[in-house]
Amino acid sequence: MIEIKNISKKFGKLNALNNVSATCNTSECIALIGPNGSGKTTLIKSILGMVVPNSGEIFFNKKTIAHQWNYREHIGYMPQIGRYPDNMTIGQVVDMMKDIRNQKTELDETLINKFELKEMYNKRMRTLSGGTRQKVSATLAFLFNPQVLILDEPTAGLDPVSSEILKEKIIEEKKKGKLILITSHVLSELDDLVSQVIYMQDGKLIFHKSIQQVHTDTGEVKLSKAIARVMNYEQNN
Amino acid sequence: MNKIIKYVITDILRNKIVLAYMLCLLALSFSVLSLEDNITKGLLSLLNIILIIVPLISIIFSAIYIYNSAEFIELLLSQPLKRKTIWLSLFIGLAASLSIAFLIGTALPILIYAFSATGIIMIVVGLLLTIIFIAIAMLATLFARDKAKGIGVSILLWLYFSLLFDGLVLFFLFQFSDYPLEKIMVGLAALNPIDLGRILILLKMDVSALMGYTGAVFKDFFGTNIGLVASFTVMFLWIIVPVWIAVKKFNKKDL
Repeated sequence: MIEIKNISKKFGKLNALNNVSATCNTSECIALIGPNGSGKTTLIKSILGMVVPNSGEIFFNKKTIAHQWNYREHIGYMPQIGRYPDNMTIGQVVDMMKDIRNQKTELDETLINKFELKEMYNKRMRTLSGGTRQKVSATLAFLFNPQVLILDEPTAGLDPVSSEILKEKIIEEKKKGKLILITSHVLSELDDLVSQVIYMQDGKLIFHKSIQQVHTDTGEVKLSKAIARVMNYEQNN
Repeated sequence: MNKIIKYVITDILRNKIVLAYMLCLLALSFSVLSLEDNITKGLLSLLNIILIIVPLISIIFSAIYIYNSAEFIELLLSQPLKRKTIWLSLFIGLAASLSIAFLIGTALPILIYAFSATGIIMIVVGLLLTIIFIAIAMLATLFARDKAKGIGVSILLWLYFSLLFDGLVLFFLFQFSDYPLEKIMVGLAALNPIDLGRILILLKMDVSALMGYTGAVFKDFFGTNIGLVASFTVMFLWIIVPVWIAVKKFNKKDL
């Protein structure tokens, strides 16, 4: 579904992405893991076309994404820090996105209902707390029933109840055969979600394995412990 | 594209600064035009307002607006939209709302008190200057990521076009006063849209005698129809070129 071929990106002298290649198929749930500043968000933004790589190519459904925009209607993106026009209310933002996407097929409003956003439709974006913003971001990502979901730190800032709602939703969508890309630092909550792990460090893709493979390689059952082991290993070498 | 323009315009109109700008222009124009019994004098005072305030407000408001819309742009970029569409919609939205403010604030009083060829030229020049300085501001924001720096650059650009440029031209004239520079002056005027606007309006007012011998050369060139068409073409280029460069640059920008 998404094929990343040898992409590199430099911000000044910093090598944010260094010759990264990966293939992501449908009905996989992939965790993007790595220390801060390892290039996870840059990789996601490259897939979305928000960052233009210096070299390499990305294919979406076998078609290159360079100078394309239509492919984004198949992607739901939840940014790490959801930033919205300050003067708009939640309702206006949701309506605007519906208007812009102009999708004919049915919309998925489960999250709007479960997060009880309808009661807050008149609140302006600038008055919202970080957690409520995250709820709006999550709602928008799932609203259009996209084939691919890209979630950058989805549960950061959410209260336990909401974060549980979101996790259930992710599992539900995974069962429908969607491709889900998640970055997160809270590894413990990825355990029951992900089927594959991509580990990045200093802009390089260190490995891309299935979760079973990670378990057998490290001998740990918990993802958090397994990754801690990998990180220590990488640091010592 | 229309949808995004609609959202940009509603957003700008919700922001009360444009309304305040419109009311200021309206008050200034009405007072200036009704104070003087000689309409030409009134128009001359209004000319200075148009040439100084309109570019200043256009450039600063647009720069601040673009920086404040960073979130909006980011949100739109993750949607199935062309980058070119997003950028041009922002430009058209800004241009439309500031033009409306200018038209109500200045064109209305001019049409009421001083309906004449000079008045019409003044309205057209003011409108073009509004759009030119929005285009310049939007280009400037793409070169500076930092908000304070970008707004500073915009103010410096305004300072350059409205004050520094004339100083440089004077300096140039005095240094090379032994040579016949009148024709070159016509070319130099094209490098500054504000000067071009000023010359166009002053020539229509028939006060070119005040500009001395250079004024005569100007009259020879800008007074003719070809000159008029040429200068409006240059003004349009001042819109198209910055917008075109900005679209190219925005297409490659990382967000």
